[in-house]
Amino acid sequence: MILYDYILSPSCYKVRLLASLLGVQLELRAVDFHPGREHKADDLLNLNPAGSIPILVDDDFVLTESAAMLAYLASKYGPDWAADGDPQAIALQHQWLAFSNRLTATLGGARLVEMLNFEGDLEALQSSGVVALRELEAALFARRVSGGTFLVGDAPSIADIACFPYVALAPDGSVSLDPYPSIRLWMRALRALPGFIEMPGIHRLHELAQDPLAEPDS
Amino acid sequence: MTTDAVRNAWYPVGLLSGLSVDGEDSLLLGEKITVFGSDDGTPRVESCGHILPVVQRFGHLWTSLGAPDKDLFTIPEADHPDRTLVDVGVVRVKCSPLRAVENFLDVAHFPFVHTDILGAETHPEVRDYKVEIRDEVDEVWATKVEFFQPQAAKSAGGGITTEYMYRVPAPTCSVLYKTCPPRPGEWDVIALFVQPLAEDLCDVWPWMALFDDESSMTDLIHFQQLIFLQDRSILENQIPKKLPLDPAMETPTRADLTSVAYRRWLKRHSYTYGAQLVAE
Repeated sequence: MILYDYILSPSCYKVRLLASLLGVQLELRAVDFHPGREHKADDLLNLNPAGSIPILVDDDFVLTESAAMLAYLASKYGPDWAADGDPQAIALQHQWLAFSNRLTATLGGARLVEMLNFEGDLEALQSSGVVALRELEAALFARRVSGGTFLVGDAPSIADIACFPYVALAPDGSVSLDPYPSIRLWMRALRALPGFIEMPGIHRLHELAQDPLAEPDS
Repeated sequence: MTTDAVRNAWYPVGLLSGLSVDGEDSLLLGEKITVFGSDDGTPRVESCGHILPVVQRFGHLWTSLGAPDKDLFTIPEADHPDRTLVDVGVVRVKCSPLRAVENFLDVAHFPFVHTDILGAETHPEVRDYKVEIRDEVDEVWATKVEFFQPQAAKSAGGGITTEYMYRVPAPTCSVLYKTCPPRPGEWDVIALFVQPLAEDLCDVWPWMALFDDESSMTDLIHFQQLIFLQDRSILENQIPKKLPLDPAMETPTRADLTSVAYRRWLKRHSYTYGAQLVAE
């Protein structure tokens, strides 16, 4: 399976992250998104007329939306990561996948303006990003008081993976995560999953590494 | 504060390969500038109707708001015809331009910020190295810097002890020379050119001149973007925002010798843009 990838793209990272959590090997093809704008060049436009990345190619099967890629990887390699059977859980998962597009458009848009000098109305992007973060915080708080850690059900799912990257990188677009304790706990739980991988701006949990000064167990 | 030293320095303002004939607005030291490409190889920079001096070097266009009293520095090693020259592209960072340079000079953060690439948490030690301000060239140099690196470069097959030399040839520029995995005896050249937009905001233009026949240009760009973007979130959270030049402000350790020399050198030149002289 080939992933057309950009190391700084949170949408590409979603797919790399789920693949790593599932132990699936992806063949990565680096796309010169910045400064080369290779995703708008003929070769990639032939593969994806929308001119976006990531693109996932599995033999002659091509996907161009990261949410669909998450669903495909989960169905094929990690059925526990996608809701199955329970109509409400399935619907909620779809709802969060759709919600993640708002995070991309708002927090992701602010990040591109602030970091890579893209055009955009920064204040509008940031304030609509904050609206989305407040909704997420409220939902995760409700989950926590009823004993849950993740967005849907008892275990992490593609809903969490779809929402996590643009939330974690909100500070890149000058949107602080300080006001959202439930979001921070949720992110910590995701970062602690076996097989978790980082991307620039999302650091691994150094606090879980062994304390180099700790006395060895006798 | 814009002293003569600040106004007369050269600054990068764009990639020669990415200039627009129609002009693109930018900032330099808080002042508006417009950067114009051209079809005949003569790009120009304007500020308030004035034409600013320009130099084309290292794949970038350079300018100055003042009257530079010396030529932009050179990197003779980078002229070798076998080298791949890599325009990494611009990244905007909300930090002092001097903090961006200082971070580039630091090796102690490798295991914690560039974990399993430029450093490993199991190998955090910074061995003794040599730092000097070379008066004859008026540059800061750090040499004999050795560090264990799991993946020192795109071309490195596995963990190696890498040797570094750091050079600060201009207040907002740093050049590092490091062991070149495919060509022992040669140095890879990695530079950080910083365009100060304001005292707490900068555009960073990384640039590289490498010996690497294997990796694609895109892979090389991505490797450096990966590294620099790992730094970005740290840089944006440093406090105080401006680089302190008052020695009473921070307590450096031996690993910070390059930083100490850099700060002294800035102070000697009254280069205070993005710096604070006394605690605020």
